[in-house]
Amino acid sequence: MKTARFVPWLYILPASIFVAFFLVYPTIRTFYLSFFDDRSIDYVGLANYEFLLTSETTKSALRNNLLWIIVFPLLTVALGLLLAVLADKVRYERLFKSIIFMPMAISFVGAGVIWKFVYAYRAQEVAQTGLLNAIVVALGGTPVGWLNARPWINNFALIFIGIWIWTGFCMTAFSAAYKNLPSEVIEAARMDGAGEWALFWRVTVPMLVPTISVITVTMMVFALKVFDIIYVTTNGLFDTEVLANRMYKELFLYRNKGHASAIATALFVTSVLILGLNVWRQRKEGE
Amino acid sequence: MLQFRQRLGRVFLHIFLISIAIIWLLPTLGVFITSFRSSFDVAQSGWWTVFTNPQNQQFTLEGYQTVIAKRSMDRAFLNSLIISVPATLIPIAVGSLAALAFAKMRFPLRLPLFGLIVALVSVPLQATVIPILTQYNKMGLTGQYAGVWLVHTGYGLPLIIYFLYSFFKELPAELFDAAAIDGASSLQILLRLVLPLSIPALASIAIFQFLWVWNDLFVALIYLGGAPDVTPLTVSLSNLVGSRGEGWELLTAAAFISSAVPLFVFLVLQRYFVRGMLAGSIKA
Repeated sequence: MKTARFVPWLYILPASIFVAFFLVYPTIRTFYLSFFDDRSIDYVGLANYEFLLTSETTKSALRNNLLWIIVFPLLTVALGLLLAVLADKVRYERLFKSIIFMPMAISFVGAGVIWKFVYAYRAQEVAQTGLLNAIVVALGGTPVGWLNARPWINNFALIFIGIWIWTGFCMTAFSAAYKNLPSEVIEAARMDGAGEWALFWRVTVPMLVPTISVITVTMMVFALKVFDIIYVTTNGLFDTEVLANRMYKELFLYRNKGHASAIATALFVTSVLILGLNVWRQRKEGE
Repeated sequence: MLQFRQRLGRVFLHIFLISIAIIWLLPTLGVFITSFRSSFDVAQSGWWTVFTNPQNQQFTLEGYQTVIAKRSMDRAFLNSLIISVPATLIPIAVGSLAALAFAKMRFPLRLPLFGLIVALVSVPLQATVIPILTQYNKMGLTGQYAGVWLVHTGYGLPLIIYFLYSFFKELPAELFDAAAIDGASSLQILLRLVLPLSIPALASIAIFQFLWVWNDLFVALIYLGGAPDVTPLTVSLSNLVGSRGEGWELLTAAAFISSAVPLFVFLVLQRYFVRGMLAGSIKA
C-alpha cells in the first residue's frame, strides 16, 4: 500500500506509546528497583535476591512454582491429547468438547470458588457439604482437609483446579491439529495391523510434536504466573505460596518494593527464558 | 473374538469419556444448585440432597438477593461492564492501526519494531506494576476506570497487533492498489475495506480481550485499590470468599453472577470464542 512517508509512523505511534509506557519502561524500571530497599531509596546490591533465594516463604514459593511448572503442563497436555484423540472416535464429540472447554469461560476466581466448595471440609460428626469429602465418607474414609493438608495433597488439589480449567484448551488445540493430519498415514498404519495404542504412540504423537511443544510451553508460562487460583483459595497459606502471590503480598501487605521487584524480575527472566528457548528450538528445527 | 474385543473397547471408551464429562460438569452443577438453596439447607446437607431427598428442599433466591443488597453485586456487575467494554474497544482501535501499518505499509525498521512489540507478550504483568502504580499515584489514575482501560490497552496490544497483523497480511494486495487508484486515503481503506473484511478476526480477538478483562482479577486488585464504587465482579467475589468461612449459598450465587456473561458468550459465540482463546493463549 502506497502512502506518504510519515503515514506509517503515524499509524504505529499510539500503539508504540502504549507499549513503551505500560510494558517496556516499567519492566526496565522494575529491574532497576530490585537493587533498592523497601521504599526504593537506598541501594542495597543483591540483598533482595538473597531474600528471594533464602527466606522460608519464598523458598516454599519457588518449590511450589517448580511443582506447578512440571506437573501442570504434563497433566494438561497428556489429558488434553488423550481426550482429543478419543473424542474423535465418538458421535457426541462436539458436545463432549464443549463440556470440557466450558471452564475456560469462567474466571479463575470463579473456578477457585467452585473448587473450594468441592474441597470443603467439615468435622466427621456433621454431614459433609463438600462433594469430595462426601464421597470419601461414603466410601468409609475420614474427611480430608484438601486445602490444608501440606504440602502434597493441597498443592495437587490446587494444581487440579488449573487442570480442570486448561485441559479443554489443550484438547481443542490438539483436536484441530489432529484433524489436520494426513489421514492416509493413519489409515496405512491401521491397514498394516497396528493396534490403536501403538498407532497413538508411534504415529499420532510423533506427528503432533510441534503442537505439543507449543502448548507445553504455554502451560509452563501459565504455571509460572499462577495467581488468582491461589489468591482466592488458600492465599498461600499451608505451604501453597507461589511467586506471583508472594509478590502481591510483598507489595501491598509488607510494603516492600525491593522484595516485590526482585520477585517480579525473577518471573520476567524465567518467562523470557521459557519462551526464548522455545523460539530457539523452533528455529533449529526449521533449519 | 476380535469383534468382541473391539466392542468391549468401545464400551470402555464411552465409559471413560462420559466419566470425564461428569467430573468436569459436577463442580459447576453443584454451585448452580447451591445458589438456589436456603442458607438452612446449605448448612445442613450437600447439594446432591436435592436429588436424593427432594421432598424436604426449598428453593429460594435468598442468596442472590443477599449478595445484591448487602454486597452490591449489581453495582459490581455494572462496574465490570464499564471496565470491559472500553478496555476492549480502545486496544482494538489502536491495535488495528498499528497492525495495518506493519502488514501493508513499507517503512524502515518495520520488521524489528514489529518483532519487538510481539516479543513483549512474554512480559508478565507482575514485572510492570510497581513503576506504573507509582506513576498512576502521581497522575491520580489509581482507582479510576480510565486507569484500568489504559493499562488493559497496554497489556493487550502485543497480542492484538500480532493477531490482526496475521489476518491483514493475507488480504490481497490488488484490493489495496485498486482502492488507492480510486483516491481513497489509508484511513478510508482501513475503515471501509480492511475492517469490514476482517469481521471474523475482529470478533475473535474482541471476544478474547473482553473476557480476559471481564475475568481479570490481578489488574483490578492492583490499580483499582479496592474502592467499592469501582470494584468489578472478580474482586467482589474474592472479597466475599475472604470474609466468610461457610455461607456457601452467598458465594455460589456471587460466583454465578460473575460467570453469567462469560458463559452466555461461550454458549452463543462458541466458534469465535474458541478461536480467540486459542490465539490468545500465549498471553495467559
